[in-house]
Amino acid sequence: MQLNREDLHDAYRRMVLVREFENQIHRLNEKGELPGFIHLSAGQEASCVGICMNLQEDDYITSTHRGHGHVLAKGCDLVEMMDEVFAKRTGICHGKGGSMHMADLEKGILGANGIVGAGVPLAAGAALTSKTLGKDSISVVFFGDGAYNEGATLETMNLAKVLNLPLLFALEDNGWGEATPSSYAIGGDILKRAEGFGIPAQAVDGHDYCAVYEAAGDMISQIRAGGGPRFLHLDVYRYFGHFEGDAATYRPKGEVEKHQKERDCIMILRAYIIESGLLAESDLHKIHKEVLSEVEAAVDHARKAPSPEASDILTNVYATY
Amino acid sequence: MRRDDRVILIGEDIAGGTGGKGEEDAWGGVMGVTKGLYKEFGAGRVIDTPISEMSYIGTAVGAAATGLRPIAELMFCDFLGCCFDQILNQAAKFRYMFGGKVSMPLVIRMQCGAGFSAAAQHSQSLHALLTHIPGLKVVMPSSPYEAKGLLIEAIRDNDPVMFFENKLMYDDVGEVPDEDYTIPFGEAALRTDGEDVTICALGRMVNLAEQAVVQLRKRNIEATLIDLRSTSPLDVETICESVEETGRLVIVDEGSPRCGFAADVAALVASKAFGALQAPIEMVTPPHTPIPFAPVLEQEYLPNPERVIMAVDKVMAYGR
Repeated sequence: MQLNREDLHDAYRRMVLVREFENQIHRLNEKGELPGFIHLSAGQEASCVGICMNLQEDDYITSTHRGHGHVLAKGCDLVEMMDEVFAKRTGICHGKGGSMHMADLEKGILGANGIVGAGVPLAAGAALTSKTLGKDSISVVFFGDGAYNEGATLETMNLAKVLNLPLLFALEDNGWGEATPSSYAIGGDILKRAEGFGIPAQAVDGHDYCAVYEAAGDMISQIRAGGGPRFLHLDVYRYFGHFEGDAATYRPKGEVEKHQKERDCIMILRAYIIESGLLAESDLHKIHKEVLSEVEAAVDHARKAPSPEASDILTNVYATY
Repeated sequence: MRRDDRVILIGEDIAGGTGGKGEEDAWGGVMGVTKGLYKEFGAGRVIDTPISEMSYIGTAVGAAATGLRPIAELMFCDFLGCCFDQILNQAAKFRYMFGGKVSMPLVIRMQCGAGFSAAAQHSQSLHALLTHIPGLKVVMPSSPYEAKGLLIEAIRDNDPVMFFENKLMYDDVGEVPDEDYTIPFGEAALRTDGEDVTICALGRMVNLAEQAVVQLRKRNIEATLIDLRSTSPLDVETICESVEETGRLVIVDEGSPRCGFAADVAALVASKAFGALQAPIEMVTPPHTPIPFAPVLEQEYLPNPERVIMAVDKVMAYGR
């Protein structure tokens, strides 16, 4: 385990940032301030942050419709993201993408994606670029238990093995593909399926930041060394419904509250940090306070930011036409 | 590929034999179009894939977004059904959806066209389907000269280009310069220039219409034959300018008629050059059916020079 004080500070900060970003979006949406479809990832922070803490700036990720956490964890700017959620011209996609399409190619973020499983071949493409140009960068595809049954995913697992691509498959299994349990929808054994493609596979407790960081770090080192694709199964839990407005009645009453009380990933990391003595409770409190005011400032900025001009509708369809 | 290391080929059997014990580069694509490239550029740049269109087309899209300039071969355009999401929702939309921050220098080459008795799943011309999608460019060359110039243009373009090759034309012979040259998209070419009627077509249909033009000339009917070259962008200006002169329009297209390419051109001309029209616009297309197997039915399906002549006669007779 190579967790030092700085890394833990950074990791805790990023996890709290994702959590508070999602909580804020939830409140803003309830007040009717935000347009469009929104899918929140609160509860799943140890996965995106634990993996992205192992990545270089020039590594690539592809994400899902539940992508805020991945994108923030890879380093996308908070203010530009908030502006985008508010559909503002100053947003990361200039108000043309929204919550489901956050992307920042300069940071290696090939986008959240509104199509389940679509990010998987795209990440393989980014991995092919690294391989073809002889770079040491790798790609991570974040995908959910729903996407694990998509043809695009299964085809790409085979292709990545055949072409020996530097690609980490990060299956975030939050137990629900929309409103259907993954235990119902996934036939067979999750890890054995990956192993059937010849891809070394491992499960990790996705609530435990340290475990995720370590398991992902090992796999990413192997991938970077030319070992080909790896597969990580992360058991995670989402606190909100599939989409904002989903009452999530398919979950038994009290399940979320029980989870928050017993298995919350930020709570677990917080306990670890305090026990290790690397940071004091007051340090963590300070981080939390700073993040909250950053998110508040981002909301203020987004509220005041300009909307797109009507003429923007015609721009950036093509490079030339 | 010699000019730019970032240009790669990816597809099924584009070398053929990769990893086996027999001849490597055995096929060069199912029609031999890329034969020889594997020997020159190797397996790192001429990449044979498993038969899994969704994954390798998607891989090409992801590679294009991150710095390569992939040329993917989709063996038949009929296989668009196996990979459509990556074209429809990913390649076509990245630049717009991400606020102009992504380039998508991707070419997808694919066969189209009926005439080989390849039946309903290996004979279609699906250019209209892709033309409907904003963000894609759609190209269909009509000769070896056009094919080279348009393909080089496609490879150097920073948008996703869907490149249709009619399988009946691979044995066509024509003059092609040795040096590099490009033909811009959206600039139609006049194959013949005449004042009586305007005929628009794409790809193999241009040659078929030209046979009709030669016959018509014997009867003193002079046609302007326009090779549109690309359906997106489309050179509406050249079509309308010609119709302003001739007053009559025949569109020849191998795609299906409903919501088809011919219907699109007809609608554009009707709305932009209505005052110039001296006769209703005629469309020469297949019937709205799947493509049949039996040669006798397939010939019934396809446009031919006789049908083009009949259509021209109809617009010439109108109002006289």
